[in-house]
Amino acid sequence: MYSMLIRRAPDVRWSDVTPRRLYLNRRVFLSSAAGTLLGAVALRAEKLSGVPFGRLSTTGEKVTPWQDVTSYNNFYEFGTGKGDPVRLAGKLRTSPWKVSVEGQCAKPRVYDLDSLMKAAPLEQRIYRHRCVEGWSIVVPWIGYSLAAILKAAEPNPKAKYVAFESYYDSGTMLGSGAAGIDFPYREGLRLDEALHPLTLLCFGMYEQTLPKQDGAPVRLVVPWKYGFKSIKSLVKIRFVEKQPPTTWNMANDREYGFYSNVNPEVDHPRWSQAKERRLGEFFKRPTLKFNGYGDQVAALYSGMDLRKYY
Amino acid sequence: MPNLLTSRWAKPVVWGLCLLPPALLAARAARNDLGANPIEFITHATGDWTLRLLLITLAVTPLRRILNLPDLIRFRRLLGLFAFFYACLHFATWIGLDKFFDPAEMWADVVKRRFITAGATAFLLLIPLALTSTAGSIRRLGGRRWQRLHRLIYVSALAGVIHYFWLVKSDMRLPALYAAILCVLLGARAYHRRRRLAAGAKSAPSY
Repeated sequence: MYSMLIRRAPDVRWSDVTPRRLYLNRRVFLSSAAGTLLGAVALRAEKLSGVPFGRLSTTGEKVTPWQDVTSYNNFYEFGTGKGDPVRLAGKLRTSPWKVSVEGQCAKPRVYDLDSLMKAAPLEQRIYRHRCVEGWSIVVPWIGYSLAAILKAAEPNPKAKYVAFESYYDSGTMLGSGAAGIDFPYREGLRLDEALHPLTLLCFGMYEQTLPKQDGAPVRLVVPWKYGFKSIKSLVKIRFVEKQPPTTWNMANDREYGFYSNVNPEVDHPRWSQAKERRLGEFFKRPTLKFNGYGDQVAALYSGMDLRKYY
Repeated sequence: MPNLLTSRWAKPVVWGLCLLPPALLAARAARNDLGANPIEFITHATGDWTLRLLLITLAVTPLRRILNLPDLIRFRRLLGLFAFFYACLHFATWIGLDKFFDPAEMWADVVKRRFITAGATAFLLLIPLALTSTAGSIRRLGGRRWQRLHRLIYVSALAGVIHYFWLVKSDMRLPALYAAILCVLLGARAYHRRRRLAAGAKSAPSY
């Protein structure tokens, strides 16, 4: 059995639903961290168990099997096919890892991964995740609200947007020309969106650290927006005055708006967004406005024409 | 080589090869090994093979000339019909597994989504060719008219490649490869035609 129905914050261990060979006991990992072995286990995640469920965790959804979430990925730095990242993301070096918080703020800071993970208490949050391509998954992420570190940086009044940037290494990753999008991958949110408690700074999923193909070691998860807004392998967080350029928007602004809120009423120019295929399900299901998080986030967009600001 | 082409085993072998991709697909489906999004996998696999078979079919005539293997013609209809077979599988996947037989949704797609319009055009153009693929049809239509009708495969292949171009998000490498192959195959025909016309003009009696 790979998944189960979650109704209230339950005592579920995702390791129970995950094939044993796919995760590694932390102690074993550390004691065996000798050169060659490190390479062999590079793709595997470490255990991150016992993290409590957060108040904002979505209820009533069947969690998508780990196998699907880790083998069907969009991570164009490692290839444009869905199966490429799981094969090729092993080349990503996630240690040491630094994340810089900078720009229009009083207290810029460069975090190393360890201090970033400890900057706020971790919690598990189950979120629906809807890709702009028309498929969706339900994932038990682990992290905390991005707001925690944004507030710690004390943004000044000029900070209106937050720009995000992914790690990029032309030696181990695909070139922009081949992928057809510009690297390093960039994303952005309005400051109020970035400060929204649902916006998650994410370090793990299914009670483990993030697998590389899913954006190790730290990524963003913005559950009411199309998946490409949830930037992977994050290295830079910058407070800025103007709406920052974002990768897919630069590649094709008619198809990928800056906001890209999940919206069944606004079609992608090339396909309808009214329905989605939940991985593991045969029939398509209707897509929910703001991916079902309208109660929490619709107010951010009151008075805005969502057809214009797609 | 020529002996191989005319051997009684040649056609069954080509049949077998053409049936290999759907057989492998069925085997993977039986093993539940089509990945996280099986319907997308089937859609892409059948679409890919439609384009490949169309290009292979279009390669027969230039290869006959270049390799001086006129017997290759024996396989052209077979390959073309397999291209149509794959197109049917691809189309059926779209109707049944993507649109779930909803005519309103299908029509909306055909009208609104240009990559679907291109794909549907490519498919529809293949139907008259499949229907008139018999020796009887050639006789009834007359060789010249039949040949003119069957030039629709150029348009169909072009629409198929455009369909692919218009559906990918950003990585154009594969559609560009198919487009380049199609250009070479159509270019070879244009080149041959020009040479033939030039030769004809030289040797033709002047009235």
